[in-house]
Amino acid sequence: MKLYRIKLLILAILASAVFVQCDDDENGNVIVQESCDDGIQNGDEQGIDCGGSSCEPCIGAFDFSGTFVQEDIMGRPGVNTVFSGSDNVKNMFNVSLVNDRASFQPTFEETLEDYHDVYGDALMTTIDYETNILGLDAPTFTTVLAQFDALQVAPDGQTTYYDPTTGAVLTGRTLSDDVIDISLTLMFGGTSGTRFDGNNGTPQLTSDGVDSGDRDFSLPFPYLENPIQE
Amino acid sequence: MKKTKLFAAIAGAGLLVLSGVFVAADHIDAPAVAGTTTDIADLFAFEGDNPNNTVLIATLQGPLVPGTITENASFDEDVMVEFNIDNTGDFIEDLVIQAVKRGDSMYFFGPAQPAQTGLSSEVATFAERTAVKISTIDDVQTTTNNGMSFFAGPRRDPFYFDFNRFNGVISGSVAPDGFLPPGEATDFFEGLNVLAIAVEIPNSMLGSAPTHVGEAVGISNLPPAYNVWVSAKRKQ
Repeated sequence: MKLYRIKLLILAILASAVFVQCDDDENGNVIVQESCDDGIQNGDEQGIDCGGSSCEPCIGAFDFSGTFVQEDIMGRPGVNTVFSGSDNVKNMFNVSLVNDRASFQPTFEETLEDYHDVYGDALMTTIDYETNILGLDAPTFTTVLAQFDALQVAPDGQTTYYDPTTGAVLTGRTLSDDVIDISLTLMFGGTSGTRFDGNNGTPQLTSDGVDSGDRDFSLPFPYLENPIQE
Repeated sequence: MKKTKLFAAIAGAGLLVLSGVFVAADHIDAPAVAGTTTDIADLFAFEGDNPNNTVLIATLQGPLVPGTITENASFDEDVMVEFNIDNTGDFIEDLVIQAVKRGDSMYFFGPAQPAQTGLSSEVATFAERTAVKISTIDDVQTTTNNGMSFFAGPRRDPFYFDFNRFNGVISGSVAPDGFLPPGEATDFFEGLNVLAIAVEIPNSMLGSAPTHVGEAVGISNLPPAYNVWVSAKRKQ
């Protein structure tokens, strides 16, 4: 090897040593503490500077491809549970479209009348559904339930399933709304809302007798209480 | 009831008894989804603490007993939970907000016009997206983005109902009495939990609301209102 080449080699080795030294100097430490802005995936990060126990969740690091097919659906509370009647209809309801449910209306009306018949039979008289406090007869009421099964949500003004103190109705559903008593009243309350309210020897069919108990609905976002722990 | 319907009614009542346990509002509503990760328990939609916002909450997989069942409950990476908003009054979704779990986080997409409406969906990866770490029973995580807030994790079930008595009421086994008076009735859900997904969104992102559907059936003085529902969809 010629002398100048040896000199070049020594120079190169020295230069690389200097670079390494510089690198060490800049970090102050050869072992870099992982952080959420160091530009590399380290620690328990799931991507570069994201995910894991200390960084923000990763965006764009995951596969979101594929087709997702409906298995359950819900608009108003209790509709499928209460009105579909049979397991088969319930399963069909859950895989149907909101705007394609005309075929469910006759079943819903039949189920509504069946519930009344149970009490007609027990009292040995004839009991049919009576037009409810919203002025809806059986075909119209069950059409609204079957074919327009969504929560109506008003962007302006009070949002509630029904608030007896203000009269607002079908403008949303709050956590505290007693949707069971409201639904029972619409089903069994008749035009007065008190048709079968347990008074005057009538069955109690317009209230299930429970309220929200010790639940706290005054919390900030997400508005829900911590889970009950053992 | 017409006398000619009597036999049918008795048969119907029998069927109601045989069909067994009913749970509401949508908790365990049908055998095909009961106990699965697509089983929706409830849907809430209301004005936020900021009156210019709407809050959408879906609960799933309920009821969950406190303890290990709640602690072990988890969202499914193969399931999309989709809030659907119809702002034209035709009950077809104009906007969706989708939630899909990946890793330790819930990824939200939207609100956005979906590429396709109906029973099948793809994740709206073209839309605004936000991730929030999924909360645990003692670590609550929320995220805000572009005026929206997001949450996913176990919560106490807000739903209240004497559902055991309800089963007796509709089967006729407690006829003709019906429901119990306050104090004797029991809230089945009082000590139970659910998995919850919550979104708070400025109304300005949802477009203007259509005429309230109740007007079509003669209910008067109703304000314009979106039609909102939630669906759970499984990856094929």
